[in-house]
Amino acid sequence: MKKYINTGNKDTRSGFGAGLSHLGTINPKVVALCADLTGSLKMDAFAKAHPERFFQCGIAEANMIGMAAGLAIGGAIPFAGTFANFATGRVYDQIRQSVCYSETNVKIAASHAGITLGEDGATHQILEDMGLMRMLPNMVVINPCDYNQTKAATIAAAAWQGPVYLRFGRPGVPNFTPEDQVFEIGKALHLNEGSDVTVIATGHLVWEAIQAAEILEKEGISVDLLNIHTIKPLDREAIISSAVKSGRVVCAEEHLIAGGLGEAVAGLLAREHPVPMRFVAIDDRFGQSGKPAQLMSAYGLDTAHIVAAVKEIIGVK
Amino acid sequence: MNDIHTYQKIASQVRRDILRMVTGAGSGHPGGSMSSADILTALYFKEMNVTPEGWTRAGNGHDLFFLSIGHISPLFYSVLARRGFFPVSELGTFRAYGSRLQGHPSIDAALPGVHQASGSLGQGLSVAIGAALAKRLAGDNGRVFVLIGDGESQEGQIWEAAAAAVHHKVDNLIAMTDWNKQQIDGSTEEVQSLGDLTLKWNAFGWECIVADGHDFNSIFEAFDRANSLLGAGRPVMILFETEMGHGVDFMAGTHEWHGKSPSQEQCQRGLAQLEETLGDY
Repeated sequence: MKKYINTGNKDTRSGFGAGLSHLGTINPKVVALCADLTGSLKMDAFAKAHPERFFQCGIAEANMIGMAAGLAIGGAIPFAGTFANFATGRVYDQIRQSVCYSETNVKIAASHAGITLGEDGATHQILEDMGLMRMLPNMVVINPCDYNQTKAATIAAAAWQGPVYLRFGRPGVPNFTPEDQVFEIGKALHLNEGSDVTVIATGHLVWEAIQAAEILEKEGISVDLLNIHTIKPLDREAIISSAVKSGRVVCAEEHLIAGGLGEAVAGLLAREHPVPMRFVAIDDRFGQSGKPAQLMSAYGLDTAHIVAAVKEIIGVK
Repeated sequence: MNDIHTYQKIASQVRRDILRMVTGAGSGHPGGSMSSADILTALYFKEMNVTPEGWTRAGNGHDLFFLSIGHISPLFYSVLARRGFFPVSELGTFRAYGSRLQGHPSIDAALPGVHQASGSLGQGLSVAIGAALAKRLAGDNGRVFVLIGDGESQEGQIWEAAAAAVHHKVDNLIAMTDWNKQQIDGSTEEVQSLGDLTLKWNAFGWECIVADGHDFNSIFEAFDRANSLLGAGRPVMILFETEMGHGVDFMAGTHEWHGKSPSQEQCQRGLAQLEETLGDY
């Protein structure tokens, strides 16, 4: 199994902040909007360096999405940032009409996604956001796995012509992808070559899946491991060819089963190459307060649960 | 074209178009289309610096108009066609399968003159503010116009946008309200009263002008006054007092014709009240 080194825990939202700051210096068309969460989104460096291109929108997310759409019509490349909960469900209709149906070049930067938001509890822990955004025609959905990948994804989002939903998180997590990576939207990363089972992971679950693959390898189970950072458009070829090879697929994500990566993969494979599947995701319930790692474990979103799902699908005790 | 009579003639033809489009489609929104007809005629045939030849969606170097109340698409399409943005004959395809004249304005359909999809209410003012800020960033002297509805002003997003425009000192924006005091279920007073709109916009920090939306002298005076207020750090709202269904006696002043198409016989009765000035499509 290929070795992946954690170069030190870092939060993915800081990767977004770093990517945005970089864009600020290289592309004068990039502008940013934020709904009173500039520090949380790590947008303060951009705001300080480019005050004329930063628009504080206050606690008024619907208007922020509309303003971003208008800026995009005028030729700017706007990044509108807030917590994932307020960046999707609260403004679904604004994104639907003013961004996706209107084909405006708006980038929605959604932080504190999922259950790792932690102590604030279920009101803020959106677990449906990828599903909501996946359903919208014209929307690209990206869920990077670590600091470096989130920074690269932010830069790639600016270069993409059209709406992008960029999802990232709050806690420090292992940073293990290359600092100088080029992020290709829609392209899965093949993290390990294996033959017994396919594990497809996204976001914070990618590191957990690497750990799981190492454990399974020691037990003689060979894992074909994909890091799917782009939920839409899905990398059909990578998923189908891996499923053909292994005949079994486990998907892992920090999201509800409904609408998530697993369902997207299941929808693809049901049409193209049906295989047994397991879902490491949350099944139809809300989160609660707690420490991120504690919640990931309690809600079945960690290394141990991926290992268990693989063993179950293979039929090993 | 400075003769008021000229604009009245255009507006008469536009109102004929609206009646015929809605009747032909068997659905649509004639009431608000009629109430805003004179405002949009004044905008597109005199006030706005935009030509079909030079038009782009981004609007660089020219004025932009956003229609937030997308349901009055019959009016919008008629004015655009009569101004030369696309063939007048295309008005006959309104709401038909495959038409660029979708029920509500669409970008998907790539109809020249349309900057943004609208229909779900409350969003256009925010978009117009963003477009105005883009012009400021680009050093573009063009203005941004947006038309919202009084019923639409029940949407919370309108007031989020109202605060944002003042906070960001958006002073290249002229917003307009079609203040016809009717909405689908009844009068705005009955459905959910708006209170004193002038007081509200002033309280939010906007320059606020009240004008008669069916008197071209009053409309042009309002634009002149609005223009004199631009560039001073504050956004401008013109509240155009209008009458829903204006121009056709049985439609005027009632919510009944907000979103209903006339019968052929009713259409003929309406057309008899509106001079055909530019030739029907």
